Amino acid sequence: MKQWNSRKTMYCFFVLSIIFLAVVTVIGYFSYDKAMVVDFSRKNLPPSFSYPFGTDWMGRDMFARTMTGISMSIMLGVLAAAVSSVIAFSLGIIGASMGKAADGFVSGLIDLVMGIPHILLLVLISFALGKGFKGVVTGIAITHWTSLARLIRGEVLQLKESQYIKIAEKLGHGKLKTAVKHMTPHLLPQVLVGFVLLFPHAILHEAGITFLGFGLPPEQPAVGIILSEGMKYLTMGSWWLALFPGLLLTIVVVLFHLVGDILGRLIDPGRIHQ
Amino acid sequence: MRKEFLFILKNFVRMAILMFLVSIVAFFLVSVSPIDPLKVNVGQTALGSMSQEQIEKLSQYWGTSISPVRRYLSWAGDFIRGDMGVSLLYRQPVSRVIGVKLSNSLLMLGISWLISGIVGFSLGILAGANRGKRLDKGISAYALITASTPAFWLALVFLMLFGVWLKILPIGLSVPIGTEAAEVTIRDRILHGILPVLTLSITGISSMILHTREKMLEVMESDYVLFAKARGETGTQIVLGHGIRNILLPALTLQFASISEIIGGSVLVEQVFSYPGIGQAAVTAGLGGDVPLLLGIAVISAAIVFTGNFTANILYGIVDPRIRKARNNI
Repeated sequence: MKQWNSRKTMYCFFVLSIIFLAVVTVIGYFSYDKAMVVDFSRKNLPPSFSYPFGTDWMGRDMFARTMTGISMSIMLGVLAAAVSSVIAFSLGIIGASMGKAADGFVSGLIDLVMGIPHILLLVLISFALGKGFKGVVTGIAITHWTSLARLIRGEVLQLKESQYIKIAEKLGHGKLKTAVKHMTPHLLPQVLVGFVLLFPHAILHEAGITFLGFGLPPEQPAVGIILSEGMKYLTMGSWWLALFPGLLLTIVVVLFHLVGDILGRLIDPGRIHQ
Repeated sequence: MRKEFLFILKNFVRMAILMFLVSIVAFFLVSVSPIDPLKVNVGQTALGSMSQEQIEKLSQYWGTSISPVRRYLSWAGDFIRGDMGVSLLYRQPVSRVIGVKLSNSLLMLGISWLISGIVGFSLGILAGANRGKRLDKGISAYALITASTPAFWLALVFLMLFGVWLKILPIGLSVPIGTEAAEVTIRDRILHGILPVLTLSITGISSMILHTREKMLEVMESDYVLFAKARGETGTQIVLGHGIRNILLPALTLQFASISEIIGGSVLVEQVFSYPGIGQAAVTAGLGGDVPLLLGIAVISAAIVFTGNFTANILYGIVDPRIRKARNNI
């Protein structure tokens, strides 16, 4: 039998984290109806065995609400990460391989989007789309590509100097063909890691923007809304309303960070023996 | 010397162009909004009971009937001359509203920015110099957790802890409720600023730690550090003499580039503490459909961010001898 090493520990941790995140998503997805039930006979209950996160002033089960909210955040994160990776990948490749004008355009675009503080940009987009759910989703989906695009652009610029790309060019491959055939396989691991590491940002921003009151109506279970309601009841001693949902949110985000980090280490051949 | 001047000029022009584009984007975003400022602020029922003339008067006040391009041109023209329009909610010139709010925020932002930069840099160096030891693991874990904590939730927890349970710090606003502006003491201001500063410095710290740590690891692996060790230099000497000198500049750049994040964080944190700063004004403007104020804040904060980036570029290009040389060779 092969020896147990830290790489295997990482594998186990990786799989366990993904299972945990998937379970949270699924449970949350199916407890939407439960999260909407209002029952005044059980209002303001502190955490107990049957209501692990307590209940709020309308007797809603905070555990179900939190799970639903976080599940929604994760699903929104999937969308945001997917859209952003595609945008970042295309722009990164275009910028670095299509000549100087394209590069100037792409880096200008990156600077432009990064120029407005992110949460303010989300406020503007949400405002532009009429403050609905649509505004939040669009805002989160189309604003997270900048750092990944910058990373990919840098990587492509480096790749262009490498021997095998130069040989491909000398052999007469077109720029686009070189980019797709020779650069993409090299970039995919980075894009994959970048994809996972987009989740934390997307989730935190979604929580932030719904917390500020843009987006969903207040009875909907979204993490930001739960926390902003928890804030109102803070001074009345209902500490569990804000504490547990935020804690779970933090744990989920930490796990995404770790998963991305581990993924990066596992697929990087240069670190296979660490 | 001439080259330096050209370099600065080029960066400055680039910044001006970006500012112009940002203002267009922001203007475009607020003008495609389907939110009818009349309905939001006057109310559906009130609108129904008004005469046609009154509604027209109101719609002129809120500027809902002119074409967007003309509105942009007249807005931009006024903006350059320093007239940002009149805030519809505060009923004061936008420049004055922003001035007041910004002066409330600026000190808080500046202090948190400095604290998170300095502490993050020191922790990053400590972690990088002690690679793999317990200290490194602790600091890295701390960076990971702070990067994952929503700033506004941490603000809530602090509020709960210090404001509600321990009752040693006030729970909101930048001055005590019900006191006149003249009676507000510096002590009050400081007391009200502690929690926002604490929250912002704690959550804004992680990218600085991680970045500095990476750079420090690179330095520690380098040949010149190996040589320094061989000469018998101690760990502290190596860190002070070779580490900090090499990583201070990229760290400074990162610090200037992080202005955008700290402004973003302040929007959320100010909301929790009801701190009457620029972030809270942005949220009020966004929710209430106060287009001139929202635009003004977006453009002003973009200007602050670009100034930060500009400073970072200049620092990098002028101060770093390697880059200066590379540029001269081209």
